[in-house]
Amino acid sequence: MAKRIDVEDLNAWYGSFHAVADVSMTIEPKQVTALIGPSGCGKSTFLRALNRMHEVVRGARVSGQVLLDGQDIYGEGVDAVAVRRSIGMVFQRPNPFPTMSVRDNVAAGLKLNGVRKKSELDDVVERSLTMAGLWDEVSHRLDRPGGGLSGGQQQRLCIARALAVEPEVLLMDEPCSSLDPISTLRIEDLIGELKDRYTIVIVTHNMQEAARVSETTAFFNIAGAGEPGRLIEMGPTTKIFTKPDDTRTEDYITGRFG
Amino acid sequence: MTVAAPASERLASRSTREVRRGDRIFRGLSVGSGLAILAIIVAIAVFLVWKALPAFHTSGLRFFTQTAWFPDARPARFGVAALAFGTVLSSVVALVLVVPVAIGAALTLTELAPRRLGVFGGYVVDVLAVVPSVVYGLWGVYYLVPKLIPMQRWLDHNAGFVPLFQSRNDTFGRSVFAASAVLAIMVLPIIAAISREVFRQVPQANREAALALGATRWETIRMAVLPPSRSGVVGAVMLGFGRALGETIAVALVLAASFNVNFHVFEPGGNTIAANIATKFGESGVTGREALIASGLVLFVITLGVNMAARGVVYRSTRIAEGKV
Repeated sequence: MAKRIDVEDLNAWYGSFHAVADVSMTIEPKQVTALIGPSGCGKSTFLRALNRMHEVVRGARVSGQVLLDGQDIYGEGVDAVAVRRSIGMVFQRPNPFPTMSVRDNVAAGLKLNGVRKKSELDDVVERSLTMAGLWDEVSHRLDRPGGGLSGGQQQRLCIARALAVEPEVLLMDEPCSSLDPISTLRIEDLIGELKDRYTIVIVTHNMQEAARVSETTAFFNIAGAGEPGRLIEMGPTTKIFTKPDDTRTEDYITGRFG
Repeated sequence: MTVAAPASERLASRSTREVRRGDRIFRGLSVGSGLAILAIIVAIAVFLVWKALPAFHTSGLRFFTQTAWFPDARPARFGVAALAFGTVLSSVVALVLVVPVAIGAALTLTELAPRRLGVFGGYVVDVLAVVPSVVYGLWGVYYLVPKLIPMQRWLDHNAGFVPLFQSRNDTFGRSVFAASAVLAIMVLPIIAAISREVFRQVPQANREAALALGATRWETIRMAVLPPSRSGVVGAVMLGFGRALGETIAVALVLAASFNVNFHVFEPGGNTIAANIATKFGESGVTGREALIASGLVLFVITLGVNMAARGVVYRSTRIAEGKV
């Protein structure tokens, strides 16, 4: 189920602004890959290019290749909607559908895929919520609106929603940055459990978090304001955080800038 | 050498007192405005009831069942039944015609059109709102009414088994349907403009949640945009309904007035409370004016009822949205 992602010469723009330049990397399956770097370095944009969410912003475009187990998601005849159905995404701020019940939130993706049978939906809802570590907390109030949960619960609900469609890849854009430390810990634990089954890419501002959850770390940086973000260095997390090859990486992780 | 003022003096400093005074003035102004609004509504209600009482006295309960309007005859025969029916019927038909168009237009402007086109389209919709209603009325009579006749005739011939589409005397023209069509165009900008604002309030994060799950444009609208907008859109529709119920001059111009309870909306005739007041007021005697004011009271009650029902719906769906139910 987990797939490997090969990125070749990826560039991303917002209108005339060049946000990400010439990124090539390989993201291994069944691993957590962390994307770190200062604000505005293009790491979130890069993440959004991996499931063709970048292009939903008006005027945004992408060039280059993103190969999902060899198939280019930007290839001719590839439907962006189909790409997004096989790649799950969790956002910085929890964004459950506020008026939809907890159950319907989790089942939303399945319903898009045409699953209507109630028993099947119920099974998936329970399994996904259990995987996201939320089942015990919400099993007695599946019919209440998703907007009524706490922030940490909402974020786990969003993870359950993403898992429900059994994606091949899970993209997480600073999933813990708006959460308290306890909720953060729960989600980091969850990421640790999920990596046996999924390819996980996580953007984070928090270097301890990258060190805790990831096997591989990629460091992005910008040369200055208005310059595009570039991939500086990528390697095993332990190496990036102990003896990186590039001095810019070292400066960043030791807190000398950014 | 300067000495800091003692704490007690600083706490009671002049600026604090001035802020307090500002608060008092503001409070007085806002409470005063609120009370003024209440007072105006009460004054209207009292005036209507006071002036309408003699009419109720004259006609008794038949005021609510009678479908004729001869208040100045001896004996007087008048009732609001046909008028109230025509008022509600024409407004309901107008809503049926306009709601899908208005919501569709609002969705197009916010969700589908390129940004600049959306902004420009918004201006165009707003311009529709500032056209005076008498202009709509004249346009309706001279342009729209004849244009609608072929469509009504076609429906009558092909779907005439539905009473709504049937014209028993095979005439069309200045019918309730024509009035409804004009009303629909008049309330279109209200409903579309408010709905557009409501849709724009939906956080982009909601849309992205749906898109990231692999929703198409339409599925995104259905999953992420419409549900949180429901109360706002209901409010918009109800405002449009209120406007349609009270619209006077355009309806008076379009309708060929008659006093009957008739579901055949394609047949010429029909009337509404507001249009009847406008056309009859000048020629009315004492009883006639009392009767018209009584009908105005009925219109007031209808619109008040519609507004309160809308409040109820909005309140309930907001509570659902906030997870309090």
